[in-house]
Amino acid sequence: MIYRENGQFKTSYAADQQIFPIRQDRIAILALLIFAGVGVPLFADEYLFRAILIPFLILSLAALGVNLLVGYCGQITLGAGAFMAVGAYAAYNFLIRVDGMPMLIAVLLGGVVAALVGIVFGVPSLRVRGLYLAVATLAAQFFWDWAFLRIRWFTNYSSSGSVSVAELDFFGWRIETPVEKYLLCLGLLILFALVAKNLTRGAIGRQWMAIRDMDVAAEVIGIRPMYAKLSAFAVSSFYLGVAGALWGFVHLGSWEPAAFSIDRSFQLLFMVIIGGLGSIMGSFFGAAFIVVLPIFLNQFLPWLGGLVGVTISTAAVSHAEFMIFGALIIFFLIVEPHGLARLWSTGKEKLRLWPFPH
Amino acid sequence: MKLSKLAIAAAMAATLSAPIHAAEQFFPVLVYRTGAYAPNGSQWANGYVDYLKLVNAKGGINGVKIAYEECEFGYATDRGVECYERLKNKHGGATVFQPLSTGVTFALTDKAPIDKIPLITAGYGRSESQNGAVFTWNFPLLGTYWVAADVLVQHVAKKEGGFDKLKGKKIALVYHDSPYGKEPIALLEERAKMHGFQLMLLPVAHPGVEQKATWLQIRQQRPDYVFLWGWGVMNSTALKEAQATGYPREKMYGVWWAGAEPDVKDVGEGAKGYNALALQHGAEPNAKVVKDILTLVYDKGQGTGPREEVGNVLYMRGLISAMLGVEGVRRAQERFGKGKVMTGEQVRWGLENLDLDQKKLDALGFAGVMRPVRTSCLDHMGSSWVRIHTWNGTKWEFTSDWYQADEKVIRPMVMLASAKYAEEKKITPRTPEQCKE
Repeated sequence: MIYRENGQFKTSYAADQQIFPIRQDRIAILALLIFAGVGVPLFADEYLFRAILIPFLILSLAALGVNLLVGYCGQITLGAGAFMAVGAYAAYNFLIRVDGMPMLIAVLLGGVVAALVGIVFGVPSLRVRGLYLAVATLAAQFFWDWAFLRIRWFTNYSSSGSVSVAELDFFGWRIETPVEKYLLCLGLLILFALVAKNLTRGAIGRQWMAIRDMDVAAEVIGIRPMYAKLSAFAVSSFYLGVAGALWGFVHLGSWEPAAFSIDRSFQLLFMVIIGGLGSIMGSFFGAAFIVVLPIFLNQFLPWLGGLVGVTISTAAVSHAEFMIFGALIIFFLIVEPHGLARLWSTGKEKLRLWPFPH
Repeated sequence: MKLSKLAIAAAMAATLSAPIHAAEQFFPVLVYRTGAYAPNGSQWANGYVDYLKLVNAKGGINGVKIAYEECEFGYATDRGVECYERLKNKHGGATVFQPLSTGVTFALTDKAPIDKIPLITAGYGRSESQNGAVFTWNFPLLGTYWVAADVLVQHVAKKEGGFDKLKGKKIALVYHDSPYGKEPIALLEERAKMHGFQLMLLPVAHPGVEQKATWLQIRQQRPDYVFLWGWGVMNSTALKEAQATGYPREKMYGVWWAGAEPDVKDVGEGAKGYNALALQHGAEPNAKVVKDILTLVYDKGQGTGPREEVGNVLYMRGLISAMLGVEGVRRAQERFGKGKVMTGEQVRWGLENLDLDQKKLDALGFAGVMRPVRTSCLDHMGSSWVRIHTWNGTKWEFTSDWYQADEKVIRPMVMLASAKYAEEKKITPRTPEQCKE
């Protein structure tokens, strides 16, 4: 009744092609952004920022990157963690080796380096596809894991192989408090999500999708597979690189290669699969599901136990967390194989007809 | 109806779980009772929590009871940081954090000065954090990995009959490929230069169950000694591989994290003769403090872990770690007011001015378990005494005298590394005057 577009007429192409054609959506998104930018900093406490919101924002950005490659271009990758690592270590090296390098520029340069590396490791995609490509990208993961552990130049000869960033300085603005860190991540995420949405709606995104749906047919109608695939690798790796640099700089502060291990690659791939392949919105759902749910379960279960007067041991909570988390993944994949984003759009469809479904 | 009942229950739970305990000293407990390192981590955690229970059973710290809460992080750095953020402001603020993970220690080293919570890393963490002038909030009490490596070289030299006999010898370091395992390399390289022995570096990837290639190299190269820097399942795997390759266990020396019951129990007879460092203490089932815990905690049915593990090596490590934290609070109370709850800043002062002499240790029930600890601004370690114990097939036995790390080797390295850290992080080291405050 409330959510329907009756009476909203589009009189120009621009109005017809905008990202959110329905006015209610625009209002809702605007309200959400204002809430995230103004409301959240007002009431959230430090724990919420540092332990939940900042990791969620950064991994959303990473999931967005993986989704561009896997969801839109159909190139399965298991090297996402490696590209994050490349971004983080490249940004670190720019920061310490170039005098007076502003933090944000270093982060973006980290993304650029990751993009270049992504192009190189995307070359096998021109020959192999599907699961075989996944195995090929696994090589990226292992290679960079090895490189950052063994080549000591990357870690500035630190004796333990762990690197850390002193302070986050952005043209005189010192980013110290959790709120500032949150706003930085939020700003970058909004910017990059907007770019990603527009990329996927534009010519290049259509090329990616054509390649994904059937690459031979795409080639026949004049899409160059090399250009389309490598550009997808480049853009995706850029996103991952920026996310990796933020993960190191803003979230962890000091890190070792284990922060970007193969587990991280799997985690990102699962985010995209659970959230919804080929959906910008899905990246956010997936990140929220994977980042927030385990922490929520970890705190909710003891509380629930306390409610019925049972003290659950820490180990039992942790085991239960794994079991429930796994069961939920299976549940969602059975109920909606296309991911949480599809559930969302089904919900929207239903809402449009409500309360008079036919 | 159902909903309203739930709401009432929720409201009641909320009021019940609200902190009623106004004046309690809060000890957050970061543990890993799950995952690849659980067999080792859970014993440490049990010892830690049991000691806090014992202090409460004895009436608290000058009457101040201890509150504690566990948070499970499975040895994952990001979850460890999440636990830290979750616990640091609970129950009136955390007293001290002891993460039992070098990776988490590295991450928290940046956060501790901002949140003003001291970090005790008894027997692990950054080696250069011994210099309290730079690392104001870090306390690697009892020993760092440089101390461990230094003592191992000393012991091997003694076996060979002098440092000059080390020339041309080959020592292999089999290490966990993480900041933890890499810490001793700097010192061993320094010592290798001094004495002319050859150092073989053999990294093992997390979690350490795949070591075939490593031991193949050892079989080919036949090093004179193997130093094992492992944790969790990596240790028992290494011993099994040594058995399979036929490398003599008598020539293997583990760090103090590779010298506990879970590491050798599965291998049993096969691990006979294997040596490991003891961070002062070994397995101490006869210590007075252990008997106190059995009577005051376990006999009342409040024990955290299985009774038969009380007094094991890692259990004792957890116990001593908790004791150091509690004594830091007690020392702080002497200056800032007995019977009061101490803030993180006050506890930091207490830890920096810790003076546990033999009399105090005896009174606490630690006679024969450990040696006196005395910290200062420039020395946040407090003691660098180490001995070696050997697995005889059924239990750990001390087989060496006390060793002390060579200050002449370690001090310059600590100063150099901490100066580099201070420069990177733009920290001005505290002057002796500032130290007195």
